Amino acid sequence: MRTFDYTSPRTVDEAVRLLADHPGADVIAGGTDLVTLLRDGIRTPTHLVDVNGLGLDEVSWQPGGAVRIGALCRNAIDDPALGRAYPVLVKALRAGASPQIRNRATFGGNLLQSVRCPYFRLPEFACNRRTPGAGCAALHGDSRHHAIFGTSENCIAVHPSDCAVALLALDAHVLVQSTRGTRRIPVAELHRLPGRTPHEEHALRRDELITAVELPAGPFGAHSTYVKARDRASFAFALASAAAVVAVRGGVVRRSRICLGGVAPKPWRSTAAEEALRGRPLDDAVIEAAADAATRDAQTRPDNAYKVDLVHGVVRQALTELREQS
Amino acid sequence: MSEGTNRRTVLAGGLTVGAGLAVGSTLARTATAGTTPAPNTRRSVSLVVNGTRRRLEVDPRTSLLDALRDQVGLTGAKKGCDQGACGACTVLLNGRRVLSCLTLAVMHDGDEVTTVEGLASGDRRHPMQQAFMDLDGFQCGFCTSGQIVSAVGLLAEKPDLRRAEIPELMSGNLCRCAAYCNIRDAIATAAGLGEDG
Repeated sequence: MRTFDYTSPRTVDEAVRLLADHPGADVIAGGTDLVTLLRDGIRTPTHLVDVNGLGLDEVSWQPGGAVRIGALCRNAIDDPALGRAYPVLVKALRAGASPQIRNRATFGGNLLQSVRCPYFRLPEFACNRRTPGAGCAALHGDSRHHAIFGTSENCIAVHPSDCAVALLALDAHVLVQSTRGTRRIPVAELHRLPGRTPHEEHALRRDELITAVELPAGPFGAHSTYVKARDRASFAFALASAAAVVAVRGGVVRRSRICLGGVAPKPWRSTAAEEALRGRPLDDAVIEAAADAATRDAQTRPDNAYKVDLVHGVVRQALTELREQS
Repeated sequence: MSEGTNRRTVLAGGLTVGAGLAVGSTLARTATAGTTPAPNTRRSVSLVVNGTRRRLEVDPRTSLLDALRDQVGLTGAKKGCDQGACGACTVLLNGRRVLSCLTLAVMHDGDEVTTVEGLASGDRRHPMQQAFMDLDGFQCGFCTSGQIVSAVGLLAEKPDLRRAEIPELMSGNLCRCAAYCNIRDAIATAAGLGEDG
């Protein structure tokens, strides 16, 4: 591990000033991803800015019903009101990692975690995401865990977060701050597709700090769930997952969000599946049609073609659960 | 630090254009930043370990696990994978179970850490330790201290724990001997749960 200068600011202003002053700085919060990246030489910051002293760990309900979750809230968050208003979020969090990791991992860090592609994580392999222009060892390697949507000839890695898929389905925003002020970024625009620049992983500028995640007011979100398929029953990243939110009125689906995890370089919204639900009753045939639509335009490789069936299965299971709850 | 040269650094140093480019771009960035820190600058950290205040001088790169094992001299927390996958390094940090390999000692000034060595009261074993012994909750024993600390953390998190929830809520602790059934039974017993609890 290369050495770095360690700082633990006490205010957000101080933290963003440090980020502005030190172009080689990285932010550390829970550290559950970054510590391994430092140890393996994937990230080599000159400065480490420890944000754990900043507070930012409150869940605050806003007038009008929106809720703001501080960026340093841990993924083990246990808030019954959140569970009632946004079941998909709490289910996604509990499906992620292990209890020890959830006790440390934060909302902000979860959104900004790096891909789990083994070729990214091992410096001896070529990776365009790590080193622009180096090539992509995954293209000719084992692609069993890789993406079937949103890939490019430069990168086929998947985004590993469960939480981010739920936040996308809830139309959440992230609040960010820098020395220039604050701004809001929709979760839908936070992560970038690789295209020709896979090293540009997200829309955050390098001196910006996530301070909170904001979820819009209900009731949309209350009828929602998260289904995750993985290699073992627990403590594994998604091979495919589905976050589903539906609003049923008068016996038909008025509005929905179907978002997929484990299959694309960013949390992946399936507007085709949402279209298949719109204006229709949530019955077997419609659920099947939505699950089919969610797999449309998948671009598979020999090792990951099985993910098409998994996507179909997790979407069908999520919608079936929601129908049974109606 | 107990890291030194490992397999990965040997490979990265000897192979691939990619690794060479990575080093080049990092050096360039460091040079323009103009604030290269002095290597191995030690930091003073005060930890309360098993109830005793310890002042340590740590390299900022030192994991909490390495600080506990190499500087405090407590080897109960094990280095299994050193990447957050196995749970053998589990300790309680301010009462919550965490992986000590995935956090840096320098980040914990003023924090309270409990390792497996801090569970017993004098010569009297913690009820969780006793239950693991009574129910044979281990085979080789390497994962056991992490399992026991994790189980103590679990009961603190969830006083209303049910037996059926134990496997999921202990999923962060792997046992290569697969003593899982007895581990579950030991935790259920320590929690006062019956067969159908």
